[in-house]
Amino acid sequence: MQVKFSLNGRMESVDVEPRRTLADALREDLGYTGTHVGCEHGVCGACTIMVDGQPARACLMFAVQADGSSITTVEGLQNDDGKLHALQQSFCDRHGLQCGFCTPGMLMTAMDLLHRENEPSRERIREEMSGNICRCTGYMGIVDAVEEASRTQSG
Amino acid sequence: MKAAPFDYVRPPSVASAVHHLEEASGDGKIIAGGQSLAPVLAMRLARPQVLVDINRIPGLSTISRSDDVLRIGALVRHHDLLEQHHSPLLAEAARWIGHAAIRSRGTTGGSIAHADPSAELPVVAAALDATIHAVGPDGRRTIAAVDLFEGALETSLEESEMIVGVDMPIPTTWGFAELSRRHGDFGLVTVVVAEVEGSWRVCVGGLAAVPFRARESESILDGGSVADGRVREAAQAAAAAITTSSDLHASADYRRAMAEEFTRRAIEQATAPSRAGVH
Repeated sequence: MQVKFSLNGRMESVDVEPRRTLADALREDLGYTGTHVGCEHGVCGACTIMVDGQPARACLMFAVQADGSSITTVEGLQNDDGKLHALQQSFCDRHGLQCGFCTPGMLMTAMDLLHRENEPSRERIREEMSGNICRCTGYMGIVDAVEEASRTQSG
Repeated sequence: MKAAPFDYVRPPSVASAVHHLEEASGDGKIIAGGQSLAPVLAMRLARPQVLVDINRIPGLSTISRSDDVLRIGALVRHHDLLEQHHSPLLAEAARWIGHAAIRSRGTTGGSIAHADPSAELPVVAAALDATIHAVGPDGRRTIAAVDLFEGALETSLEESEMIVGVDMPIPTTWGFAELSRRHGDFGLVTVVVAEVEGSWRVCVGGLAAVPFRARESESILDGGSVADGRVREAAQAAAAAITTSSDLHASADYRRAMAEEFTRRAIEQATAPSRAGVH
Protein backbone atom coordinates (compact mmCIF):
# COMPACT_ATOMS: atom_id res chain seq x y z
CA MET A 1 0.00 0.00 0.00
CA GLN A 2 1.16 3.49 -0.80
CA VAL A 3 1.33 5.68 2.29
CA LYS A 4 2.06 9.40 2.47
CA PHE A 5 2.82 11.47 5.53
CA SER A 6 4.75 14.50 6.57
CA LEU A 7 7.97 13.54 8.30
CA ASN A 8 9.83 16.28 10.16
CA GLY A 9 8.15 18.79 7.86
CA ARG A 10 8.87 16.97 4.59
CA MET A 11 6.36 14.94 2.62
CA GLU A 12 7.40 11.31 2.32
CA SER A 13 5.78 8.51 0.38
CA VAL A 14 6.44 4.84 0.97
CA ASP A 15 5.07 1.56 -0.33
CA VAL A 16 4.55 -0.87 2.55
CA GLU A 17 2.95 -4.16 3.40
CA PRO A 18 0.06 -3.56 5.85
CA ARG A 19 1.96 -5.45 8.55
CA ARG A 20 4.94 -3.09 8.40
CA THR A 21 5.13 -1.20 11.69
CA LEU A 22 5.62 2.53 11.48
CA ALA A 23 8.92 2.08 13.32
CA ASP A 24 10.20 -0.35 10.68
CA ALA A 25 8.94 1.81 7.82
CA LEU A 26 10.76 4.83 9.24
CA ARG A 27 13.98 2.91 9.77
CA GLU A 28 14.11 0.36 6.98
CA ASP A 29 12.16 1.98 4.15
CA LEU A 30 12.89 5.66 4.73
CA GLY A 31 16.30 5.44 6.39
CA TYR A 32 15.38 7.41 9.51
CA THR A 33 17.24 5.19 11.93
CA GLY A 34 17.04 7.67 14.81
CA THR A 35 13.86 5.97 16.00
CA HIS A 36 15.11 2.92 17.86
CA VAL A 37 13.32 -0.39 18.17
CA GLY A 38 13.73 -2.20 21.49
CA CYS A 39 10.98 -4.47 22.75
CA GLU A 40 8.61 -4.22 19.77
CA HIS A 41 5.57 -4.47 22.00
CA GLY A 42 5.17 -1.04 23.50
CA VAL A 43 6.97 -1.53 26.79
CA CYS A 44 10.43 0.03 26.44
CA GLY A 45 9.57 3.41 24.89
CA ALA A 46 12.66 3.55 22.63
CA CYS A 47 10.53 4.05 19.50
CA THR A 48 8.46 6.95 20.86
CA ILE A 49 7.71 9.56 18.18
CA MET A 50 5.15 12.32 17.75
CA VAL A 51 2.14 11.65 15.54
CA ASP A 52 -0.12 14.65 14.90
CA GLY A 53 1.28 16.33 17.98
CA GLN A 54 0.75 13.37 20.31
CA PRO A 55 3.38 10.97 21.57
CA ALA A 56 3.02 7.45 20.17
CA ARG A 57 4.90 4.18 20.13
CA ALA A 58 6.02 3.66 16.54
CA CYS A 59 6.13 -0.11 17.12
CA LEU A 60 2.43 -0.17 18.03
CA MET A 61 1.29 1.54 14.85
CA PHE A 62 1.25 0.11 11.40
CA ALA A 63 2.67 2.44 8.77
CA VAL A 64 -0.59 2.27 6.80
CA GLN A 65 -2.35 3.87 9.77
CA ALA A 66 -0.10 6.91 9.54
CA ASP A 67 -1.34 7.81 6.06
CA GLY A 68 -1.97 11.56 5.94
CA SER A 69 -0.53 12.28 9.37
CA SER A 70 2.25 14.54 10.52
CA ILE A 71 5.17 12.80 12.19
CA THR A 72 8.13 14.11 14.13
CA THR A 73 11.05 11.84 14.94
CA VAL A 74 14.24 12.56 16.86
CA GLU A 75 15.81 13.70 13.58
CA GLY A 76 13.36 16.58 13.61
CA LEU A 77 14.61 18.01 16.92
CA GLN A 78 17.84 19.57 15.74
CA ASN A 79 17.66 23.10 14.30
CA ASP A 80 18.27 23.62 10.57
CA ASP A 81 21.59 25.28 11.38
CA GLY A 82 22.79 22.10 13.09
CA LYS A 83 22.40 23.44 16.60
CA LEU A 84 21.13 20.84 19.07
CA HIS A 85 17.66 21.19 20.58
CA ALA A 86 17.78 22.38 24.20
CA LEU A 87 16.84 18.88 25.35
CA GLN A 88 19.58 17.24 23.31
CA GLN A 89 22.10 19.72 24.67
CA SER A 90 21.04 19.13 28.27
CA PHE A 91 21.19 15.34 27.79
CA CYS A 92 24.83 15.84 26.69
CA ASP A 93 25.64 18.26 29.50
CA ARG A 94 23.96 16.26 32.25
CA HIS A 95 25.09 12.78 31.24
CA GLY A 96 21.53 11.84 30.29
CA LEU A 97 22.83 8.99 28.17
CA GLN A 98 25.48 6.33 28.11
CA CYS A 99 24.94 3.81 25.31
CA GLY A 100 22.30 6.04 23.71
CA PHE A 101 19.88 3.30 22.72
CA CYS A 102 16.94 4.67 24.71
CA THR A 103 17.81 8.31 24.06
CA PRO A 104 15.60 9.03 21.00
CA GLY A 105 12.53 7.81 22.89
CA MET A 106 13.59 9.67 26.04
CA LEU A 107 13.99 12.89 24.06
CA MET A 108 10.60 12.58 22.35
CA THR A 109 8.80 11.76 25.62
CA ALA A 110 10.56 14.65 27.37
CA MET A 111 9.68 16.98 24.52
CA ASP A 112 6.02 16.06 24.86
CA LEU A 113 6.17 16.66 28.62
CA LEU A 114 7.80 20.07 28.17
CA HIS A 115 5.18 21.02 25.59
CA ARG A 116 2.48 20.31 28.14
CA GLU A 117 4.09 21.53 31.35
CA ASN A 118 6.38 24.37 32.31
CA GLU A 119 9.07 23.44 34.80
CA PRO A 120 7.66 20.08 35.95
CA SER A 121 8.94 18.90 39.34
CA ARG A 122 11.49 16.08 39.49
CA GLU A 123 8.71 13.82 40.67
CA ARG A 124 6.54 14.74 37.65
CA ILE A 125 9.50 14.17 35.33
CA ARG A 126 10.06 10.71 36.80
CA GLU A 127 6.37 9.93 36.51
CA GLU A 128 6.13 11.02 32.88
CA MET A 129 9.41 9.39 31.84
CA SER A 130 8.51 6.09 33.51
CA GLY A 131 7.34 4.60 30.21
CA ASN A 132 10.86 4.83 28.83
CA ILE A 133 13.35 2.28 30.04
CA CYS A 134 17.09 2.95 30.32
CA ARG A 135 19.48 0.18 31.29
CA CYS A 136 22.58 2.38 31.72
CA THR A 137 22.14 5.66 33.48
CA GLY A 138 20.12 4.85 36.58
CA TYR A 139 17.90 7.75 35.42
CA MET A 140 19.51 10.46 37.57
CA GLY A 141 21.20 12.08 34.60
CA ILE A 142 18.02 11.86 32.56
CA VAL A 143 15.93 13.59 35.22
CA ASP A 144 18.68 16.24 35.59
CA ALA A 145 18.70 16.79 31.84
CA VAL A 146 14.93 17.18 31.49
CA GLU A 147 14.86 19.50 34.50
CA GLU A 148 17.62 21.65 33.05
CA ALA A 149 15.97 21.79 29.63
CA SER A 150 12.68 22.87 31.21
CA ARG A 151 14.46 25.78 32.89
CA THR A 152 16.21 26.75 29.66
CA GLN A 153 12.86 26.63 27.91
CA SER A 154 11.02 28.85 30.35
CA GLY A 155 14.08 31.08 30.91
CA MET B 1 8.35 -10.16 16.67
CA LYS B 2 6.77 -9.18 13.37
CA ALA B 3 3.06 -9.61 12.70
CA ALA B 4 2.02 -12.27 10.20
CA PRO B 5 0.72 -10.83 6.91
CA PHE B 6 -2.82 -9.45 6.87
CA ASP B 7 -5.04 -7.37 4.63
CA TYR B 8 -5.92 -3.90 5.76
CA VAL B 9 -9.14 -1.99 5.22
CA ARG B 10 -10.14 1.44 6.45
CA PRO B 11 -13.94 1.59 6.29
CA PRO B 12 -15.67 5.00 6.30
CA SER B 13 -18.65 3.91 8.42
CA VAL B 14 -19.76 1.50 11.12
CA ALA B 15 -21.95 -0.35 8.59
CA SER B 16 -18.99 -0.80 6.29
CA ALA B 17 -16.77 -1.99 9.17
CA VAL B 18 -19.37 -4.56 10.18
CA HIS B 19 -19.62 -5.65 6.55
CA HIS B 20 -15.87 -6.24 6.40
CA LEU B 21 -16.01 -8.25 9.64
CA GLU B 22 -18.84 -10.32 8.25
CA GLU B 23 -16.97 -10.98 5.02
CA ALA B 24 -13.94 -12.16 6.98
CA SER B 25 -16.21 -14.66 8.77
CA GLY B 26 -14.38 -14.74 12.06
CA ASP B 27 -10.95 -13.98 10.65
CA GLY B 28 -11.28 -10.22 10.87
CA LYS B 29 -10.11 -8.05 13.73
CA ILE B 30 -10.88 -4.44 14.52
CA ILE B 31 -7.94 -2.15 15.16
CA ALA B 32 -8.66 1.03 17.09
CA GLY B 33 -5.79 2.33 19.23
CA GLY B 34 -3.87 -0.89 18.67
CA GLN B 35 -2.11 -0.62 22.03
CA SER B 36 -3.11 -4.17 23.00
CA LEU B 37 -3.67 -5.61 19.53
CA ALA B 38 -0.32 -4.64 18.02
CA PRO B 39 1.67 -6.62 20.65
CA VAL B 40 -0.71 -9.57 20.23
CA LEU B 41 -0.05 -9.50 16.48
CA ALA B 42 3.70 -8.98 16.92
CA MET B 43 3.87 -12.05 19.14
CA ARG B 44 1.62 -13.88 16.71
CA LEU B 45 -0.84 -14.78 19.42
CA ALA B 46 -3.42 -13.83 16.79
CA ARG B 47 -3.16 -14.01 13.00
CA PRO B 48 -6.26 -12.31 11.60
CA GLN B 49 -6.71 -12.29 7.85
CA VAL B 50 -8.09 -8.77 7.78
CA LEU B 51 -7.47 -5.78 10.00
CA VAL B 52 -10.42 -3.41 10.01
CA ASP B 53 -9.15 0.04 10.97
CA ILE B 54 -12.02 2.02 12.51
CA ASN B 55 -9.94 5.07 13.43
CA ARG B 56 -11.37 7.28 10.70
CA ILE B 57 -15.05 6.47 11.19
CA PRO B 58 -16.72 9.77 12.11
CA GLY B 59 -18.87 10.12 15.22
CA LEU B 60 -17.13 7.60 17.46
CA SER B 61 -14.81 10.02 19.25
CA THR B 62 -17.21 12.09 21.29
CA ILE B 63 -18.09 12.20 24.97
CA SER B 64 -21.60 13.44 25.69
CA ARG B 65 -23.49 13.75 28.92
CA SER B 66 -27.15 13.30 29.59
CA ASP B 67 -28.03 13.82 33.24
CA ASP B 68 -25.78 11.51 35.20
CA VAL B 69 -24.65 9.24 32.39
CA LEU B 70 -21.67 9.77 30.12
CA ARG B 71 -21.86 8.30 26.65
CA ILE B 72 -18.33 7.58 25.55
CA GLY B 73 -17.66 6.89 21.90
CA ALA B 74 -15.67 3.75 21.11
CA LEU B 75 -12.76 5.83 19.77
CA VAL B 76 -12.45 8.15 22.77
CA ARG B 77 -8.78 7.94 23.77
CA HIS B 78 -7.63 7.36 27.33
CA HIS B 79 -6.04 10.78 27.11
CA ASP B 80 -9.49 12.32 26.50
CA LEU B 81 -10.98 10.47 29.48
CA LEU B 82 -8.20 11.88 31.61
CA GLU B 83 -8.93 15.41 30.42
CA GLN B 84 -12.74 15.38 30.78
CA HIS B 85 -14.31 16.81 33.94
CA HIS B 86 -17.72 15.10 34.01
CA SER B 87 -16.55 11.95 35.75
CA PRO B 88 -13.53 12.32 38.02
CA LEU B 89 -13.58 8.53 38.55
CA LEU B 90 -12.98 7.96 34.83
CA ALA B 91 -10.29 10.64 34.77
CA GLU B 92 -8.52 8.99 37.71
CA ALA B 93 -8.81 5.51 36.17
CA ALA B 94 -7.42 6.82 32.87
CA ARG B 95 -4.45 8.36 34.67
CA TRP B 96 -3.45 4.83 35.72
CA ILE B 97 -3.46 3.46 32.17
CA GLY B 98 0.04 3.05 30.77
CA HIS B 99 1.90 6.19 29.80
CA ALA B 100 1.22 9.33 27.76
CA ALA B 101 2.26 7.59 24.52
CA ILE B 102 -0.20 4.76 25.24
CA ARG B 103 -3.04 7.01 26.43
CA SER B 104 -2.79 9.13 23.29
CA ARG B 105 -3.87 6.18 21.14
CA GLY B 106 -5.58 3.56 23.33
CA THR B 107 -9.38 3.72 23.16
CA THR B 108 -12.30 3.10 25.49
CA GLY B 109 -14.00 0.68 23.10
CA GLY B 110 -10.74 -1.15 22.50
CA SER B 111 -9.96 -1.60 26.18
CA ILE B 112 -13.47 -2.88 26.90
CA ALA B 113 -13.48 -5.23 23.88
CA HIS B 114 -10.01 -6.55 24.72
CA ALA B 115 -11.32 -7.46 28.19
CA ASP B 116 -7.96 -7.76 29.88
CA PRO B 117 -8.82 -8.61 33.52
CA SER B 118 -5.92 -6.43 34.68
CA ALA B 119 -6.92 -3.36 32.68
CA GLU B 120 -8.55 -0.39 34.38
CA LEU B 121 -11.56 0.41 32.19
CA PRO B 122 -13.23 -3.03 32.36
CA VAL B 123 -13.17 -2.75 36.17
CA VAL B 124 -14.74 0.70 36.02
CA ALA B 125 -17.35 -0.49 33.49
CA ALA B 126 -18.30 -3.50 35.63
CA ALA B 127 -18.42 -1.38 38.80
CA LEU B 128 -20.73 1.19 37.24
CA ASP B 129 -22.96 -1.36 35.48
CA ALA B 130 -22.02 0.33 32.24
CA THR B 131 -24.04 -0.32 29.10
CA ILE B 132 -22.13 -1.30 25.99
CA HIS B 133 -23.57 -0.33 22.61
CA ALA B 134 -22.63 -2.74 19.84
CA VAL B 135 -23.51 -2.89 16.16
CA GLY B 136 -23.58 -6.10 14.16
CA PRO B 137 -25.09 -7.43 10.94
CA ASP B 138 -28.49 -7.63 12.65
CA GLY B 139 -28.37 -4.09 13.91
CA ARG B 140 -27.69 -2.43 17.20
CA ARG B 141 -27.98 -3.92 20.68
CA THR B 142 -26.97 -3.05 24.20
CA ILE B 143 -25.05 -5.33 26.52
CA ALA B 144 -24.66 -4.93 30.29
CA ALA B 145 -20.99 -4.86 31.31
CA VAL B 146 -21.44 -7.84 33.61
CA ASP B 147 -22.76 -9.84 30.65
CA LEU B 148 -20.02 -8.67 28.31
CA PHE B 149 -16.99 -10.00 30.20
CA GLU B 150 -16.98 -13.79 29.94
CA GLY B 151 -13.36 -14.62 30.64
CA ALA B 152 -9.83 -13.29 30.36
CA LEU B 153 -9.76 -11.57 26.93
CA GLU B 154 -13.18 -13.07 26.17
CA THR B 155 -16.41 -11.20 25.62
CA SER B 156 -19.93 -12.03 24.51
CA LEU B 157 -19.52 -9.90 21.37
CA GLU B 158 -20.35 -11.77 18.18
CA GLU B 159 -17.52 -12.12 15.68
CA SER B 160 -19.01 -9.52 13.33
CA GLU B 161 -20.04 -7.10 16.03
CA MET B 162 -18.25 -3.94 17.03
CA ILE B 163 -18.55 -1.70 20.07
CA VAL B 164 -19.61 1.82 19.10
CA GLY B 165 -19.93 3.35 22.54
CA VAL B 166 -20.22 2.83 26.28
CA ASP B 167 -22.64 4.48 28.71
CA MET B 168 -20.97 5.07 32.05
CA PRO B 169 -23.10 6.37 34.93
CA ILE B 170 -21.46 9.17 36.89
CA PRO B 171 -21.21 8.06 40.54
CA THR B 172 -22.15 10.38 43.40
CA THR B 173 -18.96 9.36 45.18
CA TRP B 174 -16.14 7.00 44.33
CA GLY B 175 -12.77 5.53 45.24
CA PHE B 176 -10.06 4.08 43.03
CA ALA B 177 -7.05 2.17 44.31
CA GLU B 178 -4.53 0.20 42.31
CA LEU B 179 -1.38 -1.72 43.06
CA SER B 180 1.13 -2.21 40.29
CA ARG B 181 4.79 -3.17 40.39
CA ARG B 182 5.95 -0.24 38.28
CA HIS B 183 4.34 3.03 37.33
CA GLY B 184 2.06 2.51 34.34
CA ASP B 185 1.99 -1.27 34.54
CA PHE B 186 -1.21 -3.26 34.53
CA GLY B 187 -2.58 -3.54 38.03
CA LEU B 188 -1.96 -6.59 40.19
CA VAL B 189 -5.06 -5.41 42.01
CA THR B 190 -7.42 -2.65 40.89
CA VAL B 191 -10.39 -1.68 43.02
CA VAL B 192 -13.25 0.63 42.11
CA VAL B 193 -15.79 1.62 44.76
CA ALA B 194 -18.68 3.81 43.69
CA GLU B 195 -22.08 4.93 44.84
CA VAL B 196 -24.58 5.08 41.99
CA GLU B 197 -28.21 6.01 42.58
CA GLY B 198 -27.88 5.35 46.27
CA SER B 199 -26.35 1.90 46.07
CA TRP B 200 -22.76 0.90 46.58
CA ARG B 201 -20.61 -0.91 44.04
CA VAL B 202 -17.38 -2.69 44.82
CA CYS B 203 -15.43 -4.16 41.93
CA VAL B 204 -12.03 -5.83 42.06
CA GLY B 205 -9.89 -6.38 38.97
CA GLY B 206 -6.68 -8.29 38.39
CA LEU B 207 -7.48 -11.35 40.50
CA ALA B 208 -10.11 -13.29 38.61
CA ALA B 209 -10.59 -13.77 34.85
CA VAL B 210 -13.21 -11.03 34.79
CA PRO B 211 -13.77 -7.95 36.98
CA PHE B 212 -15.25 -9.26 40.20
CA ARG B 213 -18.29 -7.55 41.71
CA ALA B 214 -18.03 -8.09 45.46
CA ARG B 215 -21.77 -8.28 46.17
CA GLU B 216 -21.36 -9.08 49.84
CA SER B 217 -19.19 -6.02 50.37
CA GLU B 218 -21.79 -3.97 48.55
CA SER B 219 -24.53 -5.23 50.89
CA ILE B 220 -22.39 -4.41 53.91
CA LEU B 221 -21.88 -0.85 52.66
CA ASP B 222 -25.53 -0.51 51.71
CA GLY B 223 -26.48 -1.70 55.19
CA GLY B 224 -25.65 1.45 57.11
CA SER B 225 -23.22 4.16 58.02
CA VAL B 226 -19.59 3.50 57.27
CA ALA B 227 -17.89 3.30 60.60
CA ASP B 228 -14.36 1.90 60.59
CA GLY B 229 -15.45 -1.59 61.54
CA ARG B 230 -17.78 -1.72 58.59
CA VAL B 231 -15.06 -0.62 56.14
CA ARG B 232 -12.79 -3.41 57.32
CA GLU B 233 -15.60 -5.91 57.22
CA ALA B 234 -16.53 -4.93 53.65
CA ALA B 235 -12.90 -5.13 52.52
CA GLN B 236 -12.48 -8.56 54.09
CA ALA B 237 -15.67 -9.77 52.45
CA ALA B 238 -14.39 -8.71 49.03
CA ALA B 239 -11.07 -10.51 49.42
CA ALA B 240 -12.65 -13.64 50.89
CA ALA B 241 -15.07 -14.05 47.99
CA ILE B 242 -12.51 -14.01 45.19
CA THR B 243 -10.92 -17.12 43.75
CA THR B 244 -7.46 -16.32 42.48
CA SER B 245 -4.23 -18.13 41.71
CA SER B 246 -0.51 -17.66 41.94
CA ASP B 247 1.67 -16.72 39.00
CA LEU B 248 5.09 -15.23 38.48
CA HIS B 249 3.82 -11.76 39.37
CA ALA B 250 2.33 -12.58 42.78
CA SER B 251 1.13 -15.44 44.95
CA ALA B 252 -2.58 -16.00 45.50
CA ASP B 253 -2.19 -15.14 49.21
CA TYR B 254 -0.46 -11.87 48.42
CA ARG B 255 -3.10 -10.97 45.84
CA ARG B 256 -5.89 -11.67 48.32
CA ALA B 257 -4.19 -9.65 51.07
CA MET B 258 -3.74 -6.76 48.65
CA ALA B 259 -7.32 -7.04 47.43
CA GLU B 260 -8.45 -6.51 51.01
CA GLU B 261 -6.09 -3.62 51.62
CA PHE B 262 -6.84 -1.83 48.34
CA THR B 263 -10.58 -2.35 48.77
CA ARG B 264 -10.26 -0.75 52.19
CA ARG B 265 -8.38 2.19 50.68
CA ALA B 266 -10.92 2.64 47.90
CA ILE B 267 -13.84 2.58 50.36
CA GLU B 268 -12.07 5.08 52.59
CA GLN B 269 -11.55 7.41 49.63
CA ALA B 270 -15.17 7.07 48.63
CA THR B 271 -16.49 7.72 52.12
CA ALA B 272 -14.02 10.42 53.16
CA PRO B 273 -15.79 13.60 54.33
CA SER B 274 -13.78 15.56 51.74
CA ARG B 275 -15.48 13.61 48.97
CA ALA B 276 -18.96 14.64 50.06
CA GLY B 277 -20.66 16.57 47.32
CA VAL B 278 -17.78 16.04 44.93
CA HIS B 279 -18.60 13.86 41.96
